[in-house]
Amino acid sequence: MRQGTTAGSSTAREAAHAWLLLLPALVLLVAFTHWPAVSTLVDSFYSTPKGSRAGVWVGLENYQVMVGDPVFWKAVRNNLWFAGATIPMSIALALVMALWVNERIAGRAFLRMAYFTPTVLPMIAVANIWLFFYTPQYGLLEQITGALGLPSHNWLGSPATALGAVTLVAIWKEAGFFMIFYLAALQSLNPSLREAAAIEGASRWYFFRRVQWPLLMPTTLFVLVNAFINAFRMVDHLFVLTRGGPDNASILLLYHLYEVGFSFWDTAYASAITVVLVVVLAGIALFQFFVLDRKVHYK
Amino acid sequence: MKRKTFVRGLALPLLAAGGLFAAGTGLVYAQAPVELQFYYPVAVGGPIAKTIDGFAAGFMKENPGVKVSPIYAGTYQETIVKALTAHKSGTPPVTSVLLSTDMFTLIDEEAIVPFDDFVKTAEDKAWLGGFYKAFMMNSQTGGKTWGIPFQRSTVVMYWNKELFKEAGLDPNKPPATWAELKDAATKLTRKDASGKVTQWGVQIPSSGFPYWLFQTLTTPNDAILANEAGTAVKFDDPKVIEALQYWVDLGKAGIHPPGVVEWGTTPKDFFEKKAAIIYTTTGNLTNIKANAKFDFGVGMIPGNKRKGSPTGGGNFYIFKKSTPAQQDAAFKFVKWITQPERAAQWSMDTGYVAVSPAAYETDTLRKYGRDFPAALVARDQLPVSVAEFSTHDNQRVTKALNDGLQAALTGSKTPAQAMQDAQREADRILRASK
Repeated sequence: MRQGTTAGSSTAREAAHAWLLLLPALVLLVAFTHWPAVSTLVDSFYSTPKGSRAGVWVGLENYQVMVGDPVFWKAVRNNLWFAGATIPMSIALALVMALWVNERIAGRAFLRMAYFTPTVLPMIAVANIWLFFYTPQYGLLEQITGALGLPSHNWLGSPATALGAVTLVAIWKEAGFFMIFYLAALQSLNPSLREAAAIEGASRWYFFRRVQWPLLMPTTLFVLVNAFINAFRMVDHLFVLTRGGPDNASILLLYHLYEVGFSFWDTAYASAITVVLVVVLAGIALFQFFVLDRKVHYK
Repeated sequence: MKRKTFVRGLALPLLAAGGLFAAGTGLVYAQAPVELQFYYPVAVGGPIAKTIDGFAAGFMKENPGVKVSPIYAGTYQETIVKALTAHKSGTPPVTSVLLSTDMFTLIDEEAIVPFDDFVKTAEDKAWLGGFYKAFMMNSQTGGKTWGIPFQRSTVVMYWNKELFKEAGLDPNKPPATWAELKDAATKLTRKDASGKVTQWGVQIPSSGFPYWLFQTLTTPNDAILANEAGTAVKFDDPKVIEALQYWVDLGKAGIHPPGVVEWGTTPKDFFEKKAAIIYTTTGNLTNIKANAKFDFGVGMIPGNKRKGSPTGGGNFYIFKKSTPAQQDAAFKFVKWITQPERAAQWSMDTGYVAVSPAAYETDTLRKYGRDFPAALVARDQLPVSVAEFSTHDNQRVTKALNDGLQAALTGSKTPAQAMQDAQREADRILRASK
């Protein structure tokens, strides 16, 4: 009996301690993540307050507007295309670069740094550089295609290539960042595996496919989660390169959201789009953590 | 021990300050300067922050009771985002420079007060009447003045005199009509052996805010896109469609670059001699003057049925949620900073158009104009200039127009189809404002 009470009070004290230790992080998380998320959800059921007119309950009207908004659907389609291109390509590129700079080659440190540079640069600065790469007639890209005798093309100014052009910038920007994770993972692999493979006479491709790739799976999962989030989050370069144009050809969801929220000041509709975006992203993250995670082999 | 000392060290002055404050509240209150927070955006190059700080210091010297704190708030878009979010949370700046086209948005948000309530003396009235009419079109609605012109610009034409000579054109006689423009541009377009264009005759940018450049075509074609109340638009007017057709046809004729032309690289295209004639803001004058390695001219936008170009740029606004004392101080500041001498200095430092005829009468600007006549073109164009396109729910309606323009320029819609679609969308958006 006495023992039980002691145990009970000490558990209570431990719990109190635990909560106190968690408190600073919890306050920050609630104030800047959970509370805004909940209030966004609530706002999405009200009309946009304007001046002294407060918002009124409109139920699902903002969501109905969304379903009927052609620019929203265009942004969804573009974003799926953007994700479908950036995710596999930036991961593949990162892996190739990591394998390459993991070898003992001359100027290895320099190469690593060169590949990582895009990640360090601010996106707005990067976009301003690429703006001149894509410039018709005398831009870098035009000089190359011009030297090959190809016709001039307005990369950012024609609907057929604008989305591809902004996608390329995103891949270039992301690959270096993911490379660092792969490189770290490759360096932590046991060197005796490589020696064993060499003794067994395994080809380089076989060694990669059967040893390195499976052992890199946890990293790949982590990178995949990040790539997915970034595919919906990276829009900074649009502000400089195309502003979503021409005629919404390169608009992405978050950019559309920004326009609705901070150019049109339709905060209620913007809240509704935010809710959809959060639900989709949370769904993807949960799928990755609970389904893909089981298929990943941890050491 | 150490912590205790620290706490005591902190507490003592606080207590002392508290005591002082309690003892002399009346006195302190009477002498407390009026705080005047002032947001300003920067959209052109040059040491603008220094000029603004200089203005603030000069004003405070003459008005010791006011403390002006200028806050650089980024681009125009970033500044209005900051100002309106601050307004919504209850603590907006007292005054801010924002786009003249944001007037309806700011009125709808009930964020600003009209200037009329502060205009009391005859001198105030003379000051208010002293601005160019073209700039006041975007500053007044419903018989009230909501904005005071400050950093204003307009679209003009720049042409490369060397290329004109090479093409056999008179370098001192720029095209003055649509027909002349098309003719000159045809002569100015050059192709290499393979048929690839190496130099475009004319270039009108169309990224980001094509509606503004489009007004350099609709205005000469005698069409005004929005009514004064900002509640109705006329995109499907045959004269508007005709203007768009002219723009699209320049591209089809192979004398204007195809697709959407980037605004930001247009001056560079001009420096690189890839475009012989460009349309861009007067705000680029200082930039082009510094970087063009050839003789260039600045001229008025070619006319068709009439002459004309839209104005642009920023106005001063006074925010509603500030104290009457702050608003009075803001009014004083705005009046002070737009006086001819200072408007003249601002124009020279930035390349913006000085906002009143009186500013051009000052010795400083007269001398500047004599040395650099190109700086006066914008002023000469003002009598025929019109308001920059603006309506209620401005950015949304503008986007409908921009999308339509880009669709026509990239060839995915005909000009008529594009403008009819934009009209339908704009009508839908503006339903609520009528």
